[in-house]
Amino acid sequence: MTAAALPLLEARALSFHRQDEPVFGPLQFRLRAGELALVEGDNGSGKTTLMRVLAGLLHVDEGELLWCGKPLDRDACQGEIVFMGHQLGLKGDLTARENLRVAIGLHGCVGGLAPDLTLQAVGLAGFEDEPVRQLSAGQKKRVALARLVLLPARLWLLDEPYANLDRHGIALVNELLGRHLDAGGAALVTSHGAVGFHGGEPQRIRMHA
Amino acid sequence: MSRAPLSRACAAVLRRDLTLAWRRRGDIAMPVLYALIVTTLFPFALGPDNALLQRIAGGAVLVTVLLAMLLALDGMFRSDIEDGSLEQLVLAPQPLALMLGMKILAHWLTTALPLIVIAPVLASMLQLPAAIMPVMLLALVLSTPMLSLLGAVLVALTAGTRRSGMLLALMLLPLCVPVVIFAAGAISAAQQGLPWVAPIAWLGAALALTLVLAPLACAVALRIALDA
Repeated sequence: MTAAALPLLEARALSFHRQDEPVFGPLQFRLRAGELALVEGDNGSGKTTLMRVLAGLLHVDEGELLWCGKPLDRDACQGEIVFMGHQLGLKGDLTARENLRVAIGLHGCVGGLAPDLTLQAVGLAGFEDEPVRQLSAGQKKRVALARLVLLPARLWLLDEPYANLDRHGIALVNELLGRHLDAGGAALVTSHGAVGFHGGEPQRIRMHA
Repeated sequence: MSRAPLSRACAAVLRRDLTLAWRRRGDIAMPVLYALIVTTLFPFALGPDNALLQRIAGGAVLVTVLLAMLLALDGMFRSDIEDGSLEQLVLAPQPLALMLGMKILAHWLTTALPLIVIAPVLASMLQLPAAIMPVMLLALVLSTPMLSLLGAVLVALTAGTRRSGMLLALMLLPLCVPVVIFAAGAISAAQQGLPWVAPIAWLGAALALTLVLAPLACAVALRIALDA
């Protein structure tokens, strides 16, 4: 197999336990560049935990995670994976633009993009200098989406990206996802609602409690 | 695509924390006001005996500054943990220990530096002779970063627990004993006209050690806190 054909992320018999209680697993999936996987499951089925394990915030208990065919080495693929969780990681006292600048300082930036343009693209034109604290929940989510677009990462881990968003926001998430996949990225998205994704039928990962 | 160079990442974290501190300037004033009030209490409690005040001045200012710093220490990582910023920092493609070092530097600049600036005022309220001030300032400049660094490790360790303020004080204060002994030792040696370089040199050596080790320990502790 050539490097391009290798899955970006592969999980083999991945499972996670919290104090000997199984949280999820064992899970099996492969995610290639340009593919989207939907993680489905009821409340408490371990969707967020799976995301945190994949992001590297929690340790892999059992099973194996492969990145481009090799055992996942966090130092080697740092910055390749971005995570957007329930807590967006935005500072309320900083403006939208300042928040994005911090992220760019830490991660670098996709060439040709700038915070202001990206904020316009997610429908926040005119809110660049507003402290994030004063934005609505949906607008905060849009700032976090702008950050996703700016960062040069290949794998997006999105935990409930549709929460708090209006109809246009949901369409925006789908559009951003589509563009990310077209550019050779991959994404894992959790959602318990129905998601209207246009770019073909996504892979589905079922979680059982 | 361009990856972020280390210097830009350090500058970004430092600037972020300084901007946040500036947006909440009131919080910076708290430890300063606390130190002022505590120092004012000494002459009231001990009586206006200049010789006695002069003798305790160095130690009293040191302990006051230490306790004032403890007030602000608790919040070092709290808001970052609550709003998920810390997760983003952990996942950033940068050495976490260095990024935390920048956070600790920002914390020192916003809490300890104002205290060092008013320390001569505090000391003169307690009749410390002006000739001793440089030694006292030197002792403070070396000992306060150590408290910030040690404090950061303990804040990281207690990050997962609720109401960690008291626990933090109980854990940090014993660690401060050697710092206080050497810093106060230098000041009292200077007051008696004895050589004071040795205790200052010890403080410097200890600072060099904590400067290297504390951010590493802090990074490990925070990873564990997020893992829980």
